[in-house]
Amino acid sequence: MKSLVKWIAEGTPWVWLNAAAVSACILLVTGLLLLIGVRGLGHFWPLAVQEIVYQQPDGSEVVLTGQIREREKVTAVRLRESGLDIPGDSEFVDRYLLKTGNRDILGQDFRWILEPSIKSMEKPLSIAVFEREEWGVFIGKLIGVKEAGNLLEDPDTWGEFQRLLAHANAIRDEIRELEKDRIGSVNYRLERLRLKQRGLEIRGKDSEANLAPIEDERARLHEEYDGLEKNLMRLHDELERDAIIVTTEDGEEHELPMSSILDAHRPNQMHLAGKIGYFFHTLWKFIADDPREANTEGGIFPAIFGTVLMVLLMSVFVTPLGVVAAVYLKEYARQGLFTRFIRIAVNNLAGVPSIVYGVFGLGFFVYTLGGSIDRLFFPEALPAPTFGTGGLFWASLTLALLTLPVVIVSTEEGLSRIPRSIREGSLALGATQWETLWRTVLPMASPGIMTGLILAVARAAGEVAPLMLVGVVKLAPALPLDGNPPFLHLDRKFMHLGFHIYDVGFQSPNVEAARPLVYATALLLVVVIVLLNLVAIRVRNRLSERYRGLES
Amino acid sequence: MSEKLKIKIESAGNHRISHPTAVTVRDVNLFYGPTRALKDINLVIPEKQVTAFIGPSGCGKSTLLRCFNRLNDLIDSCRIEGEILLNGRDIYADDVNVAELRREVGIVFQKPNPFPKSIYENVAYGLRIQGVNKRRQLDETVEWALKGAALWEEVKDRLNDSAFGLSGGQQQRLVIARAIAVQPKCILLDEPCSALDPISTLKVEELIAELKTQYTIIMVTHNMQQAARVSDYTAFMYMGELIEFDETDQIFTKPRHKKTEDYITGRYG
Repeated sequence: MKSLVKWIAEGTPWVWLNAAAVSACILLVTGLLLLIGVRGLGHFWPLAVQEIVYQQPDGSEVVLTGQIREREKVTAVRLRESGLDIPGDSEFVDRYLLKTGNRDILGQDFRWILEPSIKSMEKPLSIAVFEREEWGVFIGKLIGVKEAGNLLEDPDTWGEFQRLLAHANAIRDEIRELEKDRIGSVNYRLERLRLKQRGLEIRGKDSEANLAPIEDERARLHEEYDGLEKNLMRLHDELERDAIIVTTEDGEEHELPMSSILDAHRPNQMHLAGKIGYFFHTLWKFIADDPREANTEGGIFPAIFGTVLMVLLMSVFVTPLGVVAAVYLKEYARQGLFTRFIRIAVNNLAGVPSIVYGVFGLGFFVYTLGGSIDRLFFPEALPAPTFGTGGLFWASLTLALLTLPVVIVSTEEGLSRIPRSIREGSLALGATQWETLWRTVLPMASPGIMTGLILAVARAAGEVAPLMLVGVVKLAPALPLDGNPPFLHLDRKFMHLGFHIYDVGFQSPNVEAARPLVYATALLLVVVIVLLNLVAIRVRNRLSERYRGLES
Repeated sequence: MSEKLKIKIESAGNHRISHPTAVTVRDVNLFYGPTRALKDINLVIPEKQVTAFIGPSGCGKSTLLRCFNRLNDLIDSCRIEGEILLNGRDIYADDVNVAELRREVGIVFQKPNPFPKSIYENVAYGLRIQGVNKRRQLDETVEWALKGAALWEEVKDRLNDSAFGLSGGQQQRLVIARAIAVQPKCILLDEPCSALDPISTLKVEELIAELKTQYTIIMVTHNMQQAARVSDYTAFMYMGELIEFDETDQIFTKPRHKKTEDYITGRYG
């Protein structure tokens, strides 16, 4: 009894409690990262394709080919209750999720199968997985290659196919360049011309002399467009030229045009090095490509781009605003009831749910401010809104507002850490308060400002709810940064990783295909935030290194 | 000088001063909120001499010192009555430019407070504030000021290193160099040696003796030996009142007031 009292009095349980709390935190963080890491990255690993002879509930046998994506245990009772005949007295039955692909033929590309009904399972070497422009993947055997309509005699069909695929991909790159950059640019300039003409009409200056150069320019652009379009048609024709012949598991032959195939691999023939290579290849494509098929296929580059750009813009807006506000509160304002009230208000702002900021952003920024801007500066585009609808600018501003309290509070803390003697030293040399602030106090407070910015970035990059109201979309046709002047299009809508997770996870028509993408996108979001933070932390450490002597 | 003031000053011992006047303090009262920290101070400080303020903690000597360059203005609750004349002009008059005043009256604090900049930039700070950006002029002034503060030989090879790399004594001399770089008329020293080791203290004291040939120096010190060593005049303050002001020798050998005698003989303080 005595020893127990002593044990408690010495504080040992308290130490243990602390240790336990820390361990729990570490466990949670690593667990979270591990889960999204394994599930997300696993998506890119080339899985073997199994050819399975499967007995269906009605007794007939079918051949299924596909990749086993998942395995789980279900209780036999549950299956028996649902009308399946489960032999034996086993309590649990294994069940596999088979990705069969071939959605255009089978109507679905995922299927659950029961382990006891599998008659045989093998991995034929020749089976290939084709990634397609639409309808998901095709799984089958390549039996022939057609170049310009002629079946090639070469026995090395896979080699021939690779050659034609490289050719097709080169054309596809050319088409993309043509469509996105050149034709996009022509369209952009045509739209600007239309707006210019409309502007002249509104202001009543649409005289012949004013309109003539516009007409000339338009004719020239149309000509340029016709040239480009002819080029595009030729490329499309060339892309359509070749095709491959493949068979599905039931032996049926299908002809796939080369234009529909993006990539192919034969997982059953791959060795470890090949699999690792393929893993990084697909991972890179996921990061660098545009999404396809309602975001369930392809990459997420526009979402990464949008997230980073939005966060950077937000930082540009929030830092000066927050710093100026904090400097006023700390340095200039007379401390009293008024400043106390402002501080309470600022701290309360930090606690307002983010969706409320979204509503405010929509109501004030988008409709009120944006509407006025449109009426004043873009009347020619009306009734189509320019800034009167959600966009990058309003989203960044809304998030800047959301993160403002964090920056104000940390800046104030940074300012109050500067010793009085430094300020007095500067003032005693004849500096005004402003000169003291600008030359000494603010540089010394910069680590504090950076801390605020780090917290702001972490919060802003992960925020989704307000963005849905002020400018994030499921699929943006163009990046907010491109080669058309003024290069940074603040009025454009953009994609965001956080919203992408929500969209793929909950709005997707193909749940099974989307699930790994949710994890992969979540992982990328974490990576993006960590990278942004690392940059900011590096800057901060460099700054505090410079002003290190302060602490002594 | 009014007759009344003359009487007051003489009663404090000021009648022996034969030097020209740098600062005149007339009927100064200072309040921190409701607390009266300085009570009817009258004082004439001679030019190009070292004047030391001594007295027990909280007697108001630092407060009085900080009145001379209006650093007390920074404290919201602080209120001051009376006049302080610097070269005949009231520094608390409405038309006084405080920044300019502080350029004329430099101050060095108890703890060295270099800015987080290089040694060079620390000394050049005051000049840059005044808009001096010519490299040659800056170089010359920095060298001159550092020599004046007896620091040049120790730092001339590392002017671009951080000032935080200097020792405490060097930092204090750097701060003094920074103060004289703007060529003030008067330098206030607020316990300049209390954070320094004996050797650094000695160096700073030697420096003070040298500086008084060009500047009026007013210093606050806790260390009576120091006051006796370096100052020409000494003011003894007690509870916000100026008890006695006289030549240092006089104060330490033949104090006229009992309180002064008690303090310098160590009966309290």
